[in-house]
Amino acid sequence: MAIRRGRGVAAINYPTGMNLGGDPTQALVHSTPTGNFMVTLSSVDLGQGMKQIMAQICAETIGVPTDRVVVDTADTDTGPHCMGTFASRGTHRAGNAVIQAAREARQVMLEVAAEELEVNASDLETDGQGNILVKGAPQKSISIFDVALSAHFKRGRSISGRGMFLIPRSYPEKETGAMKPSTCYAHACTVAEVEVDDETGEVTVLTVKNVFEIGRALNPKMVEQQLVGGSWMGISHALYETTEPYYPNRDHGGTDFNQYLMPGPGDLAETEIIVLERPSADGPYGAKGPGEMCANPQMPAVANAVFDAVGVRIDTLPITPERILRALKAQAN
Amino acid sequence: MAKVPVQFTLNGSEKAEFIDSGTTLLNALRDKIGDTSPKGGCHQGTCGACSVIIDGELRLSCLMLAETCNGATITTTSGLAVGGVLHPLQRAFLDTFATQCGFCTPGMIMAAKVLLDHTPNPSREDVVEALSGNICRCTGYEPIIRAVLAAARANPQNAA
Repeated sequence: MAIRRGRGVAAINYPTGMNLGGDPTQALVHSTPTGNFMVTLSSVDLGQGMKQIMAQICAETIGVPTDRVVVDTADTDTGPHCMGTFASRGTHRAGNAVIQAAREARQVMLEVAAEELEVNASDLETDGQGNILVKGAPQKSISIFDVALSAHFKRGRSISGRGMFLIPRSYPEKETGAMKPSTCYAHACTVAEVEVDDETGEVTVLTVKNVFEIGRALNPKMVEQQLVGGSWMGISHALYETTEPYYPNRDHGGTDFNQYLMPGPGDLAETEIIVLERPSADGPYGAKGPGEMCANPQMPAVANAVFDAVGVRIDTLPITPERILRALKAQAN
Repeated sequence: MAKVPVQFTLNGSEKAEFIDSGTTLLNALRDKIGDTSPKGGCHQGTCGACSVIIDGELRLSCLMLAETCNGATITTTSGLAVGGVLHPLQRAFLDTFATQCGFCTPGMIMAAKVLLDHTPNPSREDVVEALSGNICRCTGYEPIIRAVLAAARANPQNAA
């Protein structure tokens, strides 16, 4: 009986969004009378920071500072339609819809500015600080504040735009079954090092080293947040958490945090995160969906590390001491 | 049901309420007094989201009866900022991105405050121990541990 060490590796592709009856999200953008911009969505921020990302995307597209944008996700009954925040689709689907809406709003904004400046709208550009300038003659300019006032009170224009992003449903080819379930994939690779006590079946994760390829990181600090939390969640699902430990038998499922095994701050492995950015072809400013992807590769990596350590294949999650001991016993017989 | 009077100091101001006997401190704070910073996660003392500080000690407000808090001095996360200036722990949680959905954050900050009040210059192990009664779904804890250590470092008394 001994504590045995093992190392496992796993790599995954993870789709962004889903392929049910088509995967749409809509967005509306409009300016206030003083040149701030509202993004109206039914997409919901679960704490991952979607409102911040949508504000950045809208600001980048219109050409204003991010703090000039307010994202309103107040009511899924009355807002533009969104399939929801799941399937790692929020940034990709809602972001693309916001870009389209913001482009249309920007065009109206430039048309109103063109009337005020008596130039052609195609000769105008934004400085990103809240002003519209004539290309090549930046001394001729107008603030977006004044453009919005003009639109509202003088020109009778609505500086607004509609955005619609739809990934159409993909049907499998009858002969081959080939289809395109997703247009955009994030990728990850994890190496996990574990110690397995072959007397008690207990697994200790020593280190987790992750590489995540997530398209463009639109907000690098928030991406890091997701990935650090996700890596831990993957370990948690590999070793601890389940609602139905003897599935399909429903007995012994945890009903509260006394019975549901959720690791705490004392159960952390040394974790490393590396981000690779390869902008996606159809993502908003190259983004993909890193959300769920980042919590997946740790599970097969830990299972492989357990195999490396004690030579048993555990194919049911979580990898509990009981499952390891049963497998070791079966192997010995 | 008979109402009972309770009187305590909450974040520096006197509070006096008539409550239903048997009301938890958590429900009294949230529903009667309107301080919603303590969160009700499990209502059985296993998640730590409802943590508050009573007379200097970290307590689970979901397991305390409000009527047992007569005369007590209670601190919640909403009482930490003074004159619009965030408490160093709040500042550190923001600066180190230690919060995502935010539901565990007030309890984490309460647990961390009691730690730093008693141990101004804690080790990483001290922080892990202090937070071990609080669970978090989003962050993987590491950013929270870093935030508490950063808040301790920001304390001028800990300047090396």
